[in-house]
Amino acid sequence: MSTPKNVNEIDFNSTKAQLHRRLRYGKDRITRGVVAVGGIGVIVAILLIFFYLLYEVLPIFRSASIDVGASYALPSVEAGDTRYLSVEEQNELGMRITDQGLAVFFNVSSGQTVQQMALPLPEGVTVQRVASAGAGSPVLAAALSNGQILLFEHQYKLIYPKSGGRVIEPHLEYPYGEQTFSLVSDSAQLSSSKETIQQLAVADDAQSVMLAAVTASGHLQLLRLNKDEDFLTGDLKLTPESLHVPLSEPQIQGVAINYDQRWAYVAAASNKIDVFDLRGDQPTLHQRISAARPGVTITRLQMLLGNLSLLVGASDGSVSQWFIVNEQDENGESHKMLKRIRSFDHDASAVMDIQPEHRRKGFAVLNAEGELGLFHSTANRRVLLQAVTDKPAGIVMSPRSDRVLVVTSDQRVIPIAVHNEHPEVSWSALWSKVWYESYDQPDYIWQSSASNDDFEPKFSLTPLAFGTLKAAFYAMLMATPLAICGAIYTAYFMAPGMRRKVKPVIEMMEALPTVILGFMAGLFLAPFVELNLPGIFALLIFIPVAILVFAFTWANMPKNIRLAVPEGWDAALLIPVVLLAGWAAIALSHPLEHWFFGGDMRRWLTHNMGIDFDQRNALVVGLAMGFAVIPTIFSITEDAIFSVPRHLSHGSLALGATPWQTMIRVVLPTASPGIFSAVMIGMGRAVGETMIVLMATGNTPIMDANIFEGMRTLAANIAVEVPESEVGSTHFRVLFLAAFVLFMFTFVVNTAAELVRQHLRKKFGSL
Amino acid sequence: MRISMKDWVQSGSPWVWLNAGAVAISVIMVVGLLALIAVRGLAHFWPSDVVMTEVASVDGRPPLTLIGELVDQESVPASQLRSAGIKVPEGVEFADRWLIKVGNRQAFGSDFKWVLDQHMGPKRYPAHLLVMERREWGNFYGYLIGLKEKGRLIGEQPVGKNDLWPELERRIQRAVEIYDQIEQIEKVEIGAINYQIEQLRLKQKRLKLNDELTAEALDQLNAQRQTLKQRYETLQQQRNQLYQQLNRDSMIGQLSDGQQVEVKLGQVVRAYQPNAMGVGEKVSFYVQKIWEFLSDDPREANTEGGIFPAIYGTVLMVLLMSVLVTPFGVIAAVYLREYAKQGFITRLIRIAVNNLAGVPSIVYGVFGLGFFVYFLGGAIDTAFFPEAAPSPVFGTGGLMWASLTLALLTLPVVIVATEEGLSRIPRSVREGSLALGATKAETLWRVVLPMASPAMMTGLILAVARAAGEVAPLMLVGVVKLAPSLPLDGNAPFLHLDRKFMHLGFHIYDVGFQSPNVEAARPLVYATALLLVIVIGLLNVAAIAIRNRLREKYKALES
Repeated sequence: MSTPKNVNEIDFNSTKAQLHRRLRYGKDRITRGVVAVGGIGVIVAILLIFFYLLYEVLPIFRSASIDVGASYALPSVEAGDTRYLSVEEQNELGMRITDQGLAVFFNVSSGQTVQQMALPLPEGVTVQRVASAGAGSPVLAAALSNGQILLFEHQYKLIYPKSGGRVIEPHLEYPYGEQTFSLVSDSAQLSSSKETIQQLAVADDAQSVMLAAVTASGHLQLLRLNKDEDFLTGDLKLTPESLHVPLSEPQIQGVAINYDQRWAYVAAASNKIDVFDLRGDQPTLHQRISAARPGVTITRLQMLLGNLSLLVGASDGSVSQWFIVNEQDENGESHKMLKRIRSFDHDASAVMDIQPEHRRKGFAVLNAEGELGLFHSTANRRVLLQAVTDKPAGIVMSPRSDRVLVVTSDQRVIPIAVHNEHPEVSWSALWSKVWYESYDQPDYIWQSSASNDDFEPKFSLTPLAFGTLKAAFYAMLMATPLAICGAIYTAYFMAPGMRRKVKPVIEMMEALPTVILGFMAGLFLAPFVELNLPGIFALLIFIPVAILVFAFTWANMPKNIRLAVPEGWDAALLIPVVLLAGWAAIALSHPLEHWFFGGDMRRWLTHNMGIDFDQRNALVVGLAMGFAVIPTIFSITEDAIFSVPRHLSHGSLALGATPWQTMIRVVLPTASPGIFSAVMIGMGRAVGETMIVLMATGNTPIMDANIFEGMRTLAANIAVEVPESEVGSTHFRVLFLAAFVLFMFTFVVNTAAELVRQHLRKKFGSL
Repeated sequence: MRISMKDWVQSGSPWVWLNAGAVAISVIMVVGLLALIAVRGLAHFWPSDVVMTEVASVDGRPPLTLIGELVDQESVPASQLRSAGIKVPEGVEFADRWLIKVGNRQAFGSDFKWVLDQHMGPKRYPAHLLVMERREWGNFYGYLIGLKEKGRLIGEQPVGKNDLWPELERRIQRAVEIYDQIEQIEKVEIGAINYQIEQLRLKQKRLKLNDELTAEALDQLNAQRQTLKQRYETLQQQRNQLYQQLNRDSMIGQLSDGQQVEVKLGQVVRAYQPNAMGVGEKVSFYVQKIWEFLSDDPREANTEGGIFPAIYGTVLMVLLMSVLVTPFGVIAAVYLREYAKQGFITRLIRIAVNNLAGVPSIVYGVFGLGFFVYFLGGAIDTAFFPEAAPSPVFGTGGLMWASLTLALLTLPVVIVATEEGLSRIPRSVREGSLALGATKAETLWRVVLPMASPAMMTGLILAVARAAGEVAPLMLVGVVKLAPSLPLDGNAPFLHLDRKFMHLGFHIYDVGFQSPNVEAARPLVYATALLLVIVIGLLNVAAIAIRNRLREKYKALES
């Protein structure tokens, strides 16, 4: 440390100065750190949007996975052979119904028997078959060895004892009484009442119970129990009605009944399915159809949830879905026919068992090689195929589809936990036509919710994407010519003084909240357009004609009048002309309507042209959203044209070209990348706009390009449905996917536009 | 000088004129839209005259006298009317019809009536027609014929006389004052007590969850609760007394159909006789109504009254958003322009930031709902507010999440504007500072940032303008049609970030499209829209002015 030689000399290395310096450099480093961390943090936050949306979307495309648990011996083997197996809602209790007529309730994870109950069977009678009235239904029908049938339900009650915890108490109930039903009424001449039942199916609805059995003698025996409820006492009275029809094939693999109890399906081992019409006194053979390739036999017949679709499993491992559709024949008459709707990816070995899910249109398949397959019908998707055993016998699906029990041929049970959250969505279900149950042909449908339980949500994004593009198309149709023409004039022909005023006015529109535009469109414009429809279309002719007529007249005016208005102020002159023409068009709207459209153009459109008319339609959206998009396109186009170097146009003018020729041949080509970028950015804005579409259309997801009908766009759909969708559900994730699609679309379009613009900038930099 | 059509077309000037026409159309549309909103929005507050007219007997229905305001007129095709079964004379192609606001919803069922011009008799404007705005059932239009106090008749007058009017005005004044007192007690004082009781309940639950609920603590809580209950009861009594006083007076009115109705003065917001008002009175009434619109709470499912909570919510949300977006936006811009190595990556980031400004706002809403509300909010609830379960605190939309979502939405605007400002500062200025020995941080703080501050302001103002008009994302993250309490009030901790709030833009959407009485609400929606347009317009004009000043300033520096 040195001391100063005189007072004027400053010591830069005093402790204080050093400390001060260190402090300053420290601050500098801290600032550098803070700015870097903050800056990178912000950029990461922006990236987060992309990754978060992706994170929410990805689970719907993920395959299912399973955890195979330790197998255990079939509970209470001594109670007899298994005739039916099921699991209750909470995955705690399983039920096994044995041939001795015992219901054995056991712990699903350990295989411990919890309780046993006996079915009220006559002495010496055994259970031969048990059928369920459909996925999720508690109603079971047992075919007994004496040819009779017993109907019962298995129910579970949740009890919360004081000591804490939860106990599940199983019950067997007999809503139709404990008596057994005979398939044949006494008067029938057939003495086959003691015949053994080979196959059994049961259907149950509010009006009747239908039983269908295939007997050893090759008959289809049907018993309809019509329900009559005494509305005073609430007692149920059943009136039986017996039907039968002989079958042509000896070996029957399965029988099933449609939900409306009108159709019965009988599958023969050969490969034929017989469809019987059950209306009337006598069942009739309605249709016989080959369900598999020749030489392949049907091994399994099962109804999907809702009892509308038939699943057919075959010995070649194929599984196909069938249901009744209206088909037109050559004469144009429509017939109800069983039709193969789709078949599923499969493995070569024979189908052993098919079990439907209880809440979704999915199902599980077990094949002869012991592989478990999980499928979803409408999504036409296999979410899993995995070997689980080498001695397969059957499977059981739990009500929540999160557990599967596989039964092996050596009398063991393998509990399997299933993680299968979103099987109902696949790329093809989202974007291509899907053939839904009870529709006559494949279609694009968005219908995300309904009031009843076995409704299947229909998630086709195509109508929404179509609606988005339709809205954007009409908006662009209105905005692009106005904005580009306006920009051409403003940038190139307009007087600078006027340009300084006009440009901010139009750009101001960009800041106008779209909710205001939407409100004006919905509450003012839509009724106005409806009332003055001919006038709106007359505007398209009147205004350009008026402008041209005025312009020609103006060109022929005496010089002193023409020169009174300085060059580049023509647009100001046109304002009264446009106003007058617009007023004339609207004022003539009613006379026009009277002359050409019989006094009411709406009716004329609907009756004479067959065009549907909604008050809030694409025309209104096009006008309002066009309005919102004009400033975006105008502003960028104007900049692009204005920044075309002046020496280019001056050169052209000097060579004798007219201003318009210069514009078309020199300025526009140079500015075209910029204009393209403007249109792209405008398009991006129109695609993502929410409020205008939400307020100015009816928001119905239809696929119709008609300008007089509405649409539903991706953005409006999100705004309407996201607040009501359950977090983490398929619906929720599909809406996130819609948001992701919007995000990617605008991002790609804007990036393209930006790259073009940067390219343009570089090009002009050199000029 | 004559010019032939052919030459004219060849010169290309028709095209130029058509382009000029496009500009004219655009300008007309902008100005027309703004004018339409302004006229409709402002006209709503003007006390228009009340018309009385006879409607002739139609299709066997008895003739009808109508009293009300003429709201709208349109002409409809006669064929449409004929197909609806209304007789229109032959040869008439279009019929005018009037929309009359007849009010008295309790008697007539709806506020509005369409009447064909051909059925209407002469329009008369009796001076003593009375209009009363009420808190329920919409407006009253009719004559004052009697006054009652405690159910006893204290004055009567025939139709056409106006002796009771001063007395009615006085008594309404009194009722309004009492009503204000009741409001004060109900909203502010009882509201505060309820809030404190709820806080006590949560405190007790929290103690119990943490196993800290000793007998001592419980006693203390109960004692506090007891005090609050007592105070509540006193207030309750006061309130009941006031209610009795409020309901003391009533008036008897005669409606257009001769029916007599009794209206409790406690229900009346204001009464006036527009046909008897002079221009001066009308102007003062007009100003009063505008003030009410700006400062009052909404009434009758948002179709009447003011929009104060919506203004309040919008302003608060925008302020919070500004506090969040400014530092981050500026830091990001400074990083990109001053610290990051310029190259491919920064170019990529710039494009990305630019494009984010074009990403649809609903996407930000979805992100806000999924990430902020469900993901972060859910986590916060389980970590800090276990006592509130199962009702969510931050796990549902609210002020904080709305501000954050909009901050994210407007971040690109601030970044782009700030970067532009930074890039306009000449290199020489920075180099001069560094040459004098300043560190980079000092240069940034003392030289660069102050010079860029107008640009930041521009960015912020544009961000605010955008945020104030945005509705779609807010619908998902915390805006409601009617918030029970303001997000900033006298109850500690004063700023309630978890509360839902009202918003001007959403108010327009909600009242205009979700309201049960759209026709009645429409003028109010126009007024709200006008307010929003004015606010956003001013913000934008300010941004443009600042930007222009900034450009001028650095033009001088560069030369």
